[in-house]
Amino acid sequence: MRIAVDLNRCQFYAQCCFLAPDTFRLETEQVLAYHPQPDDGLRETVVRAAAACPTQAILIDYRDVGP
Amino acid sequence: MLIAGASLAGLRTAEALRDAGFGGRITLVGDEPHPPYDRPPLSKQVLSGWVGADQTELPALRAVDADWRLGAAAADLDLAGRSVGLADGARIAFDQLVIATGARARPWPVAAEAALDGVFVLRTRGDAAALRARLAARPGRVVVIGAGFTGCEVASSCIDAGLPVTVVEATGAPLLRALGDTIGAFAADLQGAHGVDLRTGVAVAGFEDDGTGRLAVVVLGDGARVEATVAVVCLGAAPNVEWLAGSGLAAGPQGLLCDSACRALDTAGQPVAGVFGAGDVVRIEHPRFPGEPLRTEHWGAACEQAAVAGANILRADPDLRRIDALPAFWSMQFGACLKLAGAPERADATVLLQGSVESGRFVVGYGRGDRLVAVATVNQAHWLSFYEAQIRAGAAFPPTYRRVDAPISPQKELAS
Repeated sequence: MRIAVDLNRCQFYAQCCFLAPDTFRLETEQVLAYHPQPDDGLRETVVRAAAACPTQAILIDYRDVGP
Repeated sequence: MLIAGASLAGLRTAEALRDAGFGGRITLVGDEPHPPYDRPPLSKQVLSGWVGADQTELPALRAVDADWRLGAAAADLDLAGRSVGLADGARIAFDQLVIATGARARPWPVAAEAALDGVFVLRTRGDAAALRARLAARPGRVVVIGAGFTGCEVASSCIDAGLPVTVVEATGAPLLRALGDTIGAFAADLQGAHGVDLRTGVAVAGFEDDGTGRLAVVVLGDGARVEATVAVVCLGAAPNVEWLAGSGLAAGPQGLLCDSACRALDTAGQPVAGVFGAGDVVRIEHPRFPGEPLRTEHWGAACEQAAVAGANILRADPDLRRIDALPAFWSMQFGACLKLAGAPERADATVLLQGSVESGRFVVGYGRGDRLVAVATVNQAHWLSFYEAQIRAGAAFPPTYRRVDAPISPQKELAS
């Protein structure tokens, strides 16, 4: 699956890092690293992380969203 | 509908067009053979080895049902004949055109030295793959030439990888040119604390090879010789406008001039019907910062310009959309998060708005005359939206509103 994070929007609430730790990592208090192409097996957790983002900064390919 | 350029701005323009209800044919032309990919991860996750350079494809936000012509750069524009020639000799006719051909890394100016094995730039997916492969082979010292955002991020990734790094910057500090002396001094200290051998106020005079075409020594303007087998040239990017020469559009070394509706302007300064621009290639008249048009190379600007251009293709005056967002970007380096909103290039003075440089958490305000025109946050990203509202409201500079902390340093002159 394909994702991107709009780091202009991100304010490092780190909800994604708790929900999808294989894809999102907080390296320091305000440095987020993410994997732009998570394995398809991680799809559910990544979609959940994007939904939980307080600033809605996580963009997911439309083909990877939904049922 | 022809979109010249198949990166972030090109893709988002196509999506905006479909969002606006455009039902006609869309063709995207790209010089690289790859589908649109995201550049910010290249200097960080890709150089660290966590993410493959081929794993950076941009998420599509909707179906665009386009014809993709990848691997053939736009080579010329015939505005009167409404067609674009490609590098492979093909010609594509258009009714409407979006110019989103981006920018390219400025190479080391001496071609024979730039061609040495071990001399890299970082702009494309291919650049990142090649540099990552070399870093993974544990090359010893890496010399980074130019301490703008890309140079600092490359240096940070090399330090994270445990490689010794020398950074050479012609001005007095990293990031000085873009963000002024407060952040410049902070960035210099940060690099020192992470073990970077930072050489400022000195240019690179040239490269020497080992006799077999491999980089061996980087020679500095002060005569110093730095032994290294890898040099990363980070001297900024040049807009891809050469193919527009003679077309009648106002395109030059500073980019393609567009108005705030993303309409391309001709050499007389008039919008050209049905021709738009978006992304790193454009210099744009920003309604919030009258005067000299801005060319920013910001990720967010490409997205906004694409949305505006895509919407305006189906609109006419007076219903045209205009760009409105403050220029904004981020950079993460050496464990610190820098964010910016506004136009610091317009500033003539800076002030520390809150926090302290020593603590590594602070906010710098940039003023032009008596108005706040930009704000940079260091490890204080959550404050940025507050200051964006201040800039939008035309807040006074230096600020007179109640602050969380009083500034602890007097107003400083911004370095040129």
